[in-house]
Amino acid sequence: MKSRRVYALVPMALFAAVVAFLAVGLGLNPRDVPSPLIGKPAPAFALPRLDDATQTVSREDLLGKVWMLNVWASWCAPCREEHPLVIDIARRQLVPVYGLNYKDTAPAAKSWLASLGNPYRATLVDADGRAGIDFGVYGVPETFIIDRQGIVRLKHTGPLTPSVVRERIEPLLKALNDPA
Amino acid sequence: MIRLDGLMRSARDAARRAAYVAALLAALAVTAPAPAPAREATPATADPVLEAEVMRISSELRCLVCQNETIAASHADLAVDLRNQVRDMLKQGRNEAEIRQYMTDRYGDFVLYRPPLKSTTVVLWYGPAALLLGGAALLIFILRRRSRMSAEAFEPDAEGDKNALS
Repeated sequence: MKSRRVYALVPMALFAAVVAFLAVGLGLNPRDVPSPLIGKPAPAFALPRLDDATQTVSREDLLGKVWMLNVWASWCAPCREEHPLVIDIARRQLVPVYGLNYKDTAPAAKSWLASLGNPYRATLVDADGRAGIDFGVYGVPETFIIDRQGIVRLKHTGPLTPSVVRERIEPLLKALNDPA
Repeated sequence: MIRLDGLMRSARDAARRAAYVAALLAALAVTAPAPAPAREATPATADPVLEAEVMRISSELRCLVCQNETIAASHADLAVDLRNQVRDMLKQGRNEAEIRQYMTDRYGDFVLYRPPLKSTTVVLWYGPAALLLGGAALLIFILRRRSRMSAEAFEPDAEGDKNALS
């Protein structure tokens, strides 16, 4: 009975399908929620600088160049963990880095930068978290790359890792900075 | 016989205990005051209607920090901020659709506990029903085929059995 032997393979095939689904599903990071901002203009903002609250930086001020926005807070432990990588990006001048100090206090933020190093061209203060909501921030640290036209091209949630910088950020910056 | 007696006695005891517990529960249900509905500590605003609306809308929104909680139920900072945002928008006279749009513009369909039906969510909406119907169809197909088989088909296959375990 050949057909019976074929039927015997059906449960195995179903099992293999379930295993395949689980393997993919369990491998996904549930915290990685796709951002609807990718490919869309960065939300408008005009925020005071941490070092000088009388000056503000707005989205329009940064048009015309590729820049990186790094959302951080002094109370955020993973921010501390990724900070050497942010410093490294700034030191290698891959891209101008702007900080968004999310729901923090100025003294705590300033002493954090003083002790860990300040890689930011400017740190923008978002004390009440409104700008964070506009950027869809839900877990600091988060990192965005915004292109010359002010379009969000990349969002990374959670601490940067060397492989994220090497495999996602560096190629994207290369593509954005010298368009073929 | 003694053992059977003992068994019956313990069964009777169990039944009596169950009846006792049931009576106790019934008495409690009658005497206990209706439990107060669990409520979130909300900022004391003067407007309970507004608060109810804030809670109703935010209970449809997923908290991104603790993903299995609603924004209405979560104590995460972000959830508190987003509840405040919903409240502010309601005060500005924005309607529910506008608030949902505001949230999806920032956090994507993921924030909606009932995401809209579109090409990327068809499987999510109809997948379970399709699996159920598919399974039922397969079951009916197999049962009907078996009912048409002759009785001999269910006789143990002597040769097959001999090989089955060795």
